[in-house]
Amino acid sequence: MVIEKTAMAGTLESSDAQVTVSPADTLEIVIESSVINQYGRQIKQTVVETLGRLGVESGLVSVVDKGALDCTLKARVECAVFRSCDASMENIPWGGVIQ
Amino acid sequence: MAGKIHRPRPNKDRLRRTMMFMNAQRPGLIKDAYIYGCDSIMLDLEDAVAVNQKDAARFSLYHALTTVDYGDTEVIVRINGTDTEYWREDVRVCVAGGADGIRIPKCESAEQVKEVEAAVEEAEREFGVEVGWTLLMAALESPLGIMNAYEICTASDRMLGCAISGGDFRTSMRVQIEPDGIEINTARSMMLLAARAAGVQCLDTMYPNLDDEEGFRREVDLIVRMGFDGKSLINPKQIAYVHERLAPTPKQIAHSEKIVRSCREQADAGVGVYVVDGKMVDPPFFREAERIIELAKKCGVYHGDL
Repeated sequence: MVIEKTAMAGTLESSDAQVTVSPADTLEIVIESSVINQYGRQIKQTVVETLGRLGVESGLVSVVDKGALDCTLKARVECAVFRSCDASMENIPWGGVIQ
Repeated sequence: MAGKIHRPRPNKDRLRRTMMFMNAQRPGLIKDAYIYGCDSIMLDLEDAVAVNQKDAARFSLYHALTTVDYGDTEVIVRINGTDTEYWREDVRVCVAGGADGIRIPKCESAEQVKEVEAAVEEAEREFGVEVGWTLLMAALESPLGIMNAYEICTASDRMLGCAISGGDFRTSMRVQIEPDGIEINTARSMMLLAARAAGVQCLDTMYPNLDDEEGFRREVDLIVRMGFDGKSLINPKQIAYVHERLAPTPKQIAHSEKIVRSCREQADAGVGVYVVDGKMVDPPFFREAERIIELAKKCGVYHGDL
């Protein structure tokens, strides 16, 4: 998928993550987390894998993590990317690239 | 199955004493839902989720369904109403994620149930889920829904039961919540009759005043006496009392055991009607005694050998 415009998903509540994606020429991932020393690498890995499944090759992806579980992080990244393509409301490939 | 978590086959007749509402959009809530010990959780895509977060809630729901192990806790999802643009995608995500059942809000007709059933079947085929796996239940929230309760409850083989939703119902009847429940007494009674006639379960509405413990208990006592199978809840602290009140008492269990045992003996001897503890016993008593023993087993309070 191609990030077509700036889009956001998630909140700054505890156990959540707020993900913002914007168009860019290269892929850049910025992570801010209160547990960055302990889980920074794992958070980044989940974000990279999720973007990989979605076929996102470029864009600025910013994650503000508030202690989200992996499954929440994935959900927020996916939702932000689908929103950036105006494709988040229907015919989502559940079990396909979403898994 | 599409999901990574192996869920037991959904069972229409399982114990559903407590069904707790959870906002599918709030990650902090859905990951812990099963530890509270309610029989069912209901992940909500409808009223709890703002209109501009319907899409986000589905992504959260999909991953919760496929990665959180809810164990024996039944997982029902409340979809958006069939008069909205959201419900068809809600059905797709529920089925793809392997939810046990779907709650149809604001249900008023058998046609609505059939419409949802058709969408569920289509999704089951799309996602390789066994056709018939996903159960349905109806929330009756209006006078018309109550009037059509029997047709609604018999509209599909997937129907596990119905639940009254007090908030919307009271609004449409132009009444407020009353301490004795008089304002929805007729609706509760009609829904119970319809559910029993249809052979499905019947669940009561949630009690909205979280800090009014006495009022909550009074309502639970009422619906237990009326014959409801369970109740919708909004807070884990409400679970214990409902389970306590719906479990057969030691006295009931002892009496039921006596009836079941004696009835077996009498039947062997060719006797139909007889007397236990000074009370006449005939086949309906026997069936009720068997039901009590079964319920006691399911509630984990039976320690006999029947």
